[in-house]
Amino acid sequence: MKSYSDVFSALRREKRAALIPFFVIGDPDFDNSLALVKATIDAGADILELGIPFSDPIADGPTIQKADIRAVRSGMNVRRAMEFIRQVKQYRDIPIGLLMYYNLIGHYGTEAFFRDAHAAGVNSVLVADMMIDDAGEVLGPIRAAGLDSVFMVTPNTSPERMRRIAAKTTGFIYTVSVLGVTGSRDTLSDSVQDLVRRLKSLTTVPICVGFGISKPEHARAVADAGADGAIIGSRIVGMIEAHLDDPARAIAEVSAFVRQVKAALSTSG
Amino acid sequence: MKHRGRYGDYGGYYVPEVLIPVLEELEEAFDRFRDDPAFVAELADLSAHYAGRPTPLYHAKRFSEHVGFQVYLKREDLLHGGAHKVNNTLGQGLLAKHMGKSKLIAETGAGQHGLATAMIGALLGMETKIFMGVTDVARQSVNVHKMKLCGAEVIPVEGGTGTLKDAINDALRYWTAHVTDTFYLFGTAAGPHPYPMIVRHFQSCISREARQQFLEQVGRLPDMVVACVGGGSNAIGAFAHFIDDPDVKLIGVEAGGQGVATGKHAASIVAGTPGVLHGARSYLLQDEEGQVLDTESISAGLDYPGVGPEHCYLSDIGRAQYVAAEDADVLETFGLLTRIEGILPALESTHALAYVAGLKGTLAPETVVMVNLSGRGDKDVGIVEAHRPLE
Ligand SMILES: Cc1ncc(COP(=O)(O)O)c(C=O)c1O
Repeated sequence: MKSYSDVFSALRREKRAALIPFFVIGDPDFDNSLALVKATIDAGADILELGIPFSDPIADGPTIQKADIRAVRSGMNVRRAMEFIRQVKQYRDIPIGLLMYYNLIGHYGTEAFFRDAHAAGVNSVLVADMMIDDAGEVLGPIRAAGLDSVFMVTPNTSPERMRRIAAKTTGFIYTVSVLGVTGSRDTLSDSVQDLVRRLKSLTTVPICVGFGISKPEHARAVADAGADGAIIGSRIVGMIEAHLDDPARAIAEVSAFVRQVKAALSTSG
Repeated sequence: MKHRGRYGDYGGYYVPEVLIPVLEELEEAFDRFRDDPAFVAELADLSAHYAGRPTPLYHAKRFSEHVGFQVYLKREDLLHGGAHKVNNTLGQGLLAKHMGKSKLIAETGAGQHGLATAMIGALLGMETKIFMGVTDVARQSVNVHKMKLCGAEVIPVEGGTGTLKDAINDALRYWTAHVTDTFYLFGTAAGPHPYPMIVRHFQSCISREARQQFLEQVGRLPDMVVACVGGGSNAIGAFAHFIDDPDVKLIGVEAGGQGVATGKHAASIVAGTPGVLHGARSYLLQDEEGQVLDTESISAGLDYPGVGPEHCYLSDIGRAQYVAAEDADVLETFGLLTRIEGILPALESTHALAYVAGLKGTLAPETVVMVNLSGRGDKDVGIVEAHRPLE
């Protein structure tokens, strides 16, 4: 199974940042969601960030909230999400990071969840509503399952806390570009490049930037600041929402967009 | 953070990283100001002269006669704004001011907390935004109007069932994006640490006064204290100073809706299982996957799938007991108290009264029971009329 370090070290040799699309598993339904993910892999995704839908996603803005509701209504649940991941991995050996809310994990059974996620082909789990102070509840089982840990850093995280977060992170640091929840934004926050540079001076753990990366040039800008990856969520999920009556069109638009981002990340700067 | 905010296994602060620095700042400010003489004096002055504390402890003789034992009402309904909520909004509002924040946000269900926040926003000259589910905006329109009159902006929230849970989701999201100048004035003893601790602190004046009043008026402590439980703020305020008196039974009454067996209710402790929502571990109404369930109650203020962590703990250790009262009994009791005492109780508070009315004939006549009358029912007259039209 391909690891994050396989991907990040190969990309460092190519001087390129990872392209990381985000999807809510099962949005708008199992089959179309799988087709979207496969098309994105074909369009050049280096890593996938996937969320199992939750009824009350407090770190997410309206676009992803609605995707969570669509996915839950289509019958997605943790067990089916594991099956979904297995099918993605059968298609291509690409690293997968899961984005979760804690209640689903606790309900499934913490140890069983991480064990089953690893068995399905997941590389890391980020729990959006669990921070390092309480990470003891999950870090042991994450490591025991053979998974990487991913934690968030935000623009208001103190340097001392950044160091503690980095020390507990083995996968990558999910760097939040803005104060706020997920959502498409027209412009990239001014502070993100500075944030990436500060983090880079503190740790060698890979840095991936998400929240509000909505255009090819945003991805390029965070890569130029030294980020190892750009995570694109709401912009892509918004395309799915815009074409619920025409899934083929959603797939075409999402893959065209991912190709554009890939191109922006590939030209040497 | 300095404290873990744990009540047994419950509580904590399960929030996205971006909120950690602000919760830390809040914990620090609360630690600094809670016993600061100037802060305490300012709060005491406003509690007395703006809000109307102390509230009376009233021996409801006709209601007592009806049930066959002695019922005392702690009259939080007489406070400015019509509910216990002002105890908390004054405290947190002053804290916000001392922290140098210029804006307030709050969630609201029945609109009572929203109104109490809007009042304090006006009083302290702070810009105020209230998040309220669309269902609640519709069923509590009088309070919406009052909030707007106080100068607050009311933001209707569409997600989910358009009730309190959805309002909290959106208030948390808004806060995430505006943490620098905005204070989230949380309305109940739930949510992430340090809110359960802060809200308990500002609401515990209820039992501090009541304990003293019982000693003075009755010559002894009550045998039982009963309060309704939504998130748990009026109940923890009513319990706090009695927790160390083992002979005082503590009863929390949750919203039984159409009956716990129907699934259409909001009785988190009675019928829920432990889970994590809105930053804390608590009993939670959720499906077998861990998706949070929609709740149902005639009273908007109790229509919430979670509950404060300290109540979960008090339930587990057996110090307090939690029960549910159904909509039909609540409506019945609303009519009863209004007719025989001339007091219109809030539908939330009526849950506590309904439980006590259900004890009719089962307790010795000298038994002394305190009911925390957390709010007045003016806001609910339309709902009552819709269910039980007057001839
Ligand atoms: C009068 C009244 N009582 C009780 C409640 C329930 O809240 P809590 O459980 O925090 O006291 C509300 C909430 O809106 C209320 O308005």
